[in-house]
Amino acid sequence: MAKRQVMFTFPPELVREPIIHNISQQFKVVPNIRRADISENKGWVVLELEGDEKDIERSIAWLTQKGIRVDPATGDVVEG
Amino acid sequence: MSFARNLRCRKCGQEYPLQPMNVCDFCLSPLEVSYDYQAMAKAINRDKLSQGPRSMWRYRDLLPVEDKEVDIGTGFTPLVKADNLGRELGLEQLYIKNDCLNPTYSFKDRPVSVAASKAREFGFNTLACASTGNLAASVAAHAAKAKMKAYVFVPADVEPGKLVGAAIYNPVLITVNGSYDDVNRLCAKVTQKYKLGFININLRPYYAEGSKTLGYEVAEQLGWRAPDCVVAPAASGLVFTRIWKALDELSMLGLIEPANTHMFVSQAAGSAPIVNAFEAGSHHVNPVVPSTIAKSIAIGNPTDGYYALRVARQSGGGACAVTDDEAIAGIKLLAQTEGIFTEAAGGVVVSALKKLAATGAIKHQELTVAFITGAGPRTQDILASTVQSVATEPNLESLEKVLSLPGRTDNKGYANKDRGD
Repeated sequence: MAKRQVMFTFPPELVREPIIHNISQQFKVVPNIRRADISENKGWVVLELEGDEKDIERSIAWLTQKGIRVDPATGDVVEG
Repeated sequence: MSFARNLRCRKCGQEYPLQPMNVCDFCLSPLEVSYDYQAMAKAINRDKLSQGPRSMWRYRDLLPVEDKEVDIGTGFTPLVKADNLGRELGLEQLYIKNDCLNPTYSFKDRPVSVAASKAREFGFNTLACASTGNLAASVAAHAAKAKMKAYVFVPADVEPGKLVGAAIYNPVLITVNGSYDDVNRLCAKVTQKYKLGFININLRPYYAEGSKTLGYEVAEQLGWRAPDCVVAPAASGLVFTRIWKALDELSMLGLIEPANTHMFVSQAAGSAPIVNAFEAGSHHVNPVVPSTIAKSIAIGNPTDGYYALRVARQSGGGACAVTDDEAIAGIKLLAQTEGIFTEAAGGVVVSALKKLAATGAIKHQELTVAFITGAGPRTQDILASTVQSVATEPNLESLEKVLSLPGRTDNKGYANKDRGD
């Protein structure tokens, strides 16, 4: 099983959708939320995804396609 | 002996032993080194620090290194009183911290020197980083000095010419077929699986500490005092937060009066997540997709973004973004007033400084230090259009014509007109 530490940033129109529930159902990944801040018009969640590497990749592709930004929880590694 | 005691989560305060680790297991926030400041205060004083080597390692007691350091001659770079630039901007006490003059031409030598030293202590024989420029060069150089192996990960679309500054030190250059995000992801996996000292992943808490030496040096060079205002660039937010940490530590240790420095963060408008959050009054730094010529500070998802935002706010400072054209103008202004050739990140700092002075955010009498963190020659392609020459035939008549010089001269060879003597 693989683990990936990521941050989701939600656009306002998706704040009310049960996105995290959906990825756990659709892609067999286990989301483990560590930090979050959600309000009416914005939201971010820092969490760990656990599952098969392919399922994690597919879940991230689905999220990205829906308009949710997915970044490494640790920030960008590539520096100038 | 180092006074470093443990790693502490910057968010939840959870503590961990000093080890290669960068993220809190509980809340996934960044870790930082904490120290026994009481013991440190008893062991150091101004005189002792001043008698140390003329390098960043005179501040060894304030760094988390136990064994012999990996040093390529970094630090104690000039703090220049910038009277010409100050006059242009209406600032009476302007100083430039010229960190272009480190061995690999950027401030990165400071954090990498500490991280490489810790890597050796932890038993790593390989250093690694993901970088297209300054960091790559510094890591490769320190690995060469320490007789360690270096892996440098690079997105495949980077022009080979940009890698010369790193390649000369003979690291293993690995071009990754994918986006920057793909490189981020691959590097995280590599660090989990292999025993590598990855400079800005598992060694990041130690890497960060090296940047504090910029703040220590400035305070010492000013005669042991903190500036009234600081303008510094931000990519991950690391150097900006560590300059502040350095001033805070010196005042806590009684080496300077309590620091009341206003910290101003500057970013390129095409990659300004911290400035955006500051201006929006937000507590969260929303990631962006970078698009700027200032590649050395083009980070869309800054690890220390939240903390940089907090420093700017709590210090009564501010945040300022400038366009790429303004960054170019800043490079030229610094070069043509102070004779210092910086990269685009330095142009961002100078143009931000200009705006902050013009709006009165920085007042004319305040002692202000602008941090120039990287040299220009490595990225001079962005300035190609500035080369403008006049052509002459190889004779005086032609030269005098194109330069509009008066033709008649006295017997010393001076033009009679405009001699001024």
